[in-house]
Amino acid sequence: MGLLTGLRDSISRAASSLFSEQDPKRIGIYGPPNAGKTTLANRIARDWTEHGDAVGPESHIPHETRRARRKENVEIERNGKSVSIDIVDTPGVTTKVDYTEFLDHDMEKEDAVRRSREATEGVAEAMHWLREDVDGVIYVLDSAEDPFTQVNTMLIGIIESQDLPVLIFANKIDLEDSSVQRIRNAFPQHETVPLSALEGDNMDEVYDKIAEYFG
Amino acid sequence: MAEVKAPDDTDGVQIDMISGQRMKGLTSMEKIRIILDGVREGNIVILEEGLTPDEESRLIEVTMTEISPDEFNGIEIESYPQSGDDEGSFLGRLMGRDSTPNKLTVIGPADQIETLHKDETLISALVSRN
Repeated sequence: MGLLTGLRDSISRAASSLFSEQDPKRIGIYGPPNAGKTTLANRIARDWTEHGDAVGPESHIPHETRRARRKENVEIERNGKSVSIDIVDTPGVTTKVDYTEFLDHDMEKEDAVRRSREATEGVAEAMHWLREDVDGVIYVLDSAEDPFTQVNTMLIGIIESQDLPVLIFANKIDLEDSSVQRIRNAFPQHETVPLSALEGDNMDEVYDKIAEYFG
Repeated sequence: MAEVKAPDDTDGVQIDMISGQRMKGLTSMEKIRIILDGVREGNIVILEEGLTPDEESRLIEVTMTEISPDEFNGIEIESYPQSGDDEGSFLGRLMGRDSTPNKLTVIGPADQIETLHKDETLISALVSRN
């Protein structure tokens, strides 16, 4: 981006923020690895931004996202009102990273070790964002997997302790083993929204709830 | 824990059960150090009273910085999930974010503990020698 273009964009952003009712809220997309966080972030970005640029690459290999990525000023229109949010796609949170698991995905040892190093940095970064830099959380779970894991209960506890508004997204409802009720039973204190970010199923309700919770 | 060492020729698993009283008065980082030092020696650490959510968050962060290929893969941690509508949780929130959740917590090396089953009232785990 040229210097002048960058300067013009900065001034434009500063001016619009001066006149907006409030700054966009930063909404962190959290969850365990391979829950579909980046697929969701990309779908939101594609649906509501002018150029529809992807937030990041999607992959079935865990820890594809190893840096928190922010998509600014995503304007979601619902019921005649416009809600502006920044989406922060975060690396999947875990308490362990074993590089040998990447070797099962046809990766050379050197690449697997590098990926595991980057993954650990990414998880640490995600935890830092959660404590310091997000205003609300979308917690994404693979509805075909058991939600009763320690990482899920710990992270939901951490989010609750920060008094952050949280929506639980039961993703991958297109899979045969999907059970949204299992997630509702695990976290009855929070609203659970079923969806398939990959197939685009139930996205209307997803956007209604985002506007209701974070608008 | 640092003060007590298992004899080198044993092939058992050392378990450190740390009372709430011992942890009381320590800073978050001191608690995390006690846990990670024990786990990195291959011990299973059991906390009578668990960590606060903020301490759990920092434990994950510090654990990530210490993971090293072929040396330390991270931790397995288990505690009971807190029911959203129980009295303790409600009071905890009323009292502020740093209230101690009082939940028994087990932490061990990721390559030595495998969770077999977990629900609101039961955690079943398999502990193996390295």
